[in-house]
Amino acid sequence: MAAIFQGIGAATALSPTPSNCFDSKKLPLPSRRSLSGRKASFVVVRSDGSTNFGSGSRSQKAQKLITNAVATKPDSAASTSASKPGHELLLFEALREGLEEEMDRDPNVCVMGEDVGHYGGSYKVTRGLATKYGDLRVLDTPIAENSFTGMGIGAAMTGLRPIVEGMNMGFLLLAFNQISNNCGMLHYTSGGQFKIPIVIRGPGGVGRQLGAEHSQRLESYFQSIPGIQMVACSTPYNAKGLMKAAIRSDNPVILFEHVLLYNLKERIPDEEYICNLEEAEMVRPGEHVTILTYSRMRYHVMQAAKTLVNKGYDPEVIDIRSLKPFDLHTIGNSIKKTHRVLIVEECMRTGGIGASLTAAITENFHDYLDAPIVCLSSQDVPTPYAGTLEEWTVVQPAQIVTAVEQLCQ
Amino acid sequence: MALSRFTSSSTARSSTLLKPLTTAFLLRRPISSDTTPLTIETSVPFTAHQCEAPSRSVETSSKELLTFFRDMALMRRMEIAADSLYKAKLVRGFCHLYDGQEAVAVGMEAAITKKGFHYNCLSGKGGSMHFYKKGSGFYGGHGIVGAQIPLGCGLAFAQKYSKDETVTFALYGDGAANQGQLFEALNISALWDLPAILVCENNHYGMGTAEWRAAKSPAYYKRGDYVPGLKVDGMDALAVKQACKFAKEHALKNGPIILEMDTYRYHGHSMSDPGSTYRTRDEISGVRQERDPIERIRKLVLSHDLATEKELKDIEKEVRKEVDEAIAQAKVRSISSEKERASVVGLKFSSESPMPEAHELFTNVYVKGFGTEAYGPDRKEVRGVLP
Repeated sequence: MAAIFQGIGAATALSPTPSNCFDSKKLPLPSRRSLSGRKASFVVVRSDGSTNFGSGSRSQKAQKLITNAVATKPDSAASTSASKPGHELLLFEALREGLEEEMDRDPNVCVMGEDVGHYGGSYKVTRGLATKYGDLRVLDTPIAENSFTGMGIGAAMTGLRPIVEGMNMGFLLLAFNQISNNCGMLHYTSGGQFKIPIVIRGPGGVGRQLGAEHSQRLESYFQSIPGIQMVACSTPYNAKGLMKAAIRSDNPVILFEHVLLYNLKERIPDEEYICNLEEAEMVRPGEHVTILTYSRMRYHVMQAAKTLVNKGYDPEVIDIRSLKPFDLHTIGNSIKKTHRVLIVEECMRTGGIGASLTAAITENFHDYLDAPIVCLSSQDVPTPYAGTLEEWTVVQPAQIVTAVEQLCQ
Repeated sequence: MALSRFTSSSTARSSTLLKPLTTAFLLRRPISSDTTPLTIETSVPFTAHQCEAPSRSVETSSKELLTFFRDMALMRRMEIAADSLYKAKLVRGFCHLYDGQEAVAVGMEAAITKKGFHYNCLSGKGGSMHFYKKGSGFYGGHGIVGAQIPLGCGLAFAQKYSKDETVTFALYGDGAANQGQLFEALNISALWDLPAILVCENNHYGMGTAEWRAAKSPAYYKRGDYVPGLKVDGMDALAVKQACKFAKEHALKNGPIILEMDTYRYHGHSMSDPGSTYRTRDEISGVRQERDPIERIRKLVLSHDLATEKELKDIEKEVRKEVDEAIAQAKVRSISSEKERASVVGLKFSSESPMPEAHELFTNVYVKGFGTEAYGPDRKEVRGVLP
């Protein structure tokens, strides 16, 4: 469900974009400033109780435009943890911490999946949990995704809060019926009698030569199922926050992790925090172009951003995080500021998240766009095994740089 | 056996004039209050797989038998009424009728709750295939057959997790018995010792395909392999009751069990299926004559003199009236203009809005929604605010 704006006076003057106006490093942008003043005229209907923005400094109301374009790799938690030193850990450990805290907090939380128990999880996310919580709360299932996802949903109907792990997201295709018909629809067809507070999580995405069937991006297949929420984590900070939020949410949530991001290290706060499930993350404020991305592509974008900054561009990078529903509030504000959008995603070109996002942005913010939306996605091919071919199927930083240059002409 | 009839409503225990001389001579007691145990044998013995079959003799009572009769007559009447309503286009979508198979439902309910049985799902938006009632522990009918089996095993898992000492019945048909999910769920349930009872309502036809054309092994109760199974005559409500009681005790102690109910449906699979292209009319009428569940109870009641022919006919008439009234009410409610409604019945239905309002399209999609607005397809007309 998209958050939609009713723009009052949408026809306020937009200064025409002069060509080649991005050559200079410092840009006087009078028209841009007047834009930010218009923000107050928008009526935004937000979900209730979502005032927790998850991370103090990363405000999405980027009214303070950073006009000197210095490339900084945004350590998103740096500002929050600068004052309170947190602890450093890897992404899979962050997921595990979130999981453990929630299991401690609520005895109804249980985990089921293949090799999550005694083996400790194929990506070590659930290591140690089986010895701590026992076999009934951390369940090793046989290789039967359809039925154990169905069982998770059945258990959720009675009040348990199961977390179903797909060893690889691609395996959850076998459980598509359960996820679509039962998980997504039961709350609706039963008139609200049953809620399904389930979390379905697992690593997806293109890895290092894992082959076509183990490199799938299921967010594009799941995105039209009504009734579910989808989020994608990209840093240890938001991984833990989103995991906790997903477990506490009463809606069914699918949490997309990425195979190559499990070993990212970051410093996260010691105190408890959760991230808002429906909110996007401002990674790098900027002015010239809005780059929307999620999961692993965030890192490709940031790499490209370094190059872009050296070339004189000032990209604004937003990690959309919430794949369903889109956080059109943050995205919209950014578009109103920069007027150019580049979407960088790992999904396939056809029918992917980028395609939906393009449609949503065009529908809502068409008047603010100075150029057509450019969407960089993976090629519509099964992921090859050969390393070089695999590289060519996903978007590389060089392509992002080229796209930004073309967009900003 | 002609016995004198006591017109007073008190039980015949108050009378000392007639005493039973043999067990065959029973005093006729008023229908609703007699709970003296009777023992009746089921039509055929149970066939068991990997377990001990329960005994053929079922404890029941006059009250229970007459309740069965009434409930089954009500169901039968409801199914026939649904048939005519569907043909009159008042019920849309799919309509899958259950007549012939009433004994399974009635017997099962008797074994588990001893109460009558209601579908009451007006708040749901699922239609004929999606009825739910959380309060009665009825977790719903499902459209994709077979998908409910893992759900049922999940319910059983939650029962075990919370140490409830309750069981779950997951019902499916002989057609769905060939789904892989069933075997996956059986494996997991047996591994984790879940109190799940899987009931296969074998009416011998999966929509239009006969059992022998769809399943290499028609012994559905044996398909569990290491999971015990029991084959039950599904047209005999007492056998069903006995089997369900047995299964309940078994599941709480030993884990999953499969019950195969050998039953039959008179109608086609759904309303577009005449039911006679894949089987002969003789077969249908043969089963109706020999194995009809309502007739069986009727014969039992009459042979044990628990009620007269007329009393049974009265029950049927009463049931018919009840169903007709319910339909009339539903029809009234479906009239969308208040004036028309009031004029038809003259009662105060005007405050209800029976047909869902447009904004209800968006209720209950999420438990906690995002407070966003929903637009009509052209994105100009605001339909409502989502919760």
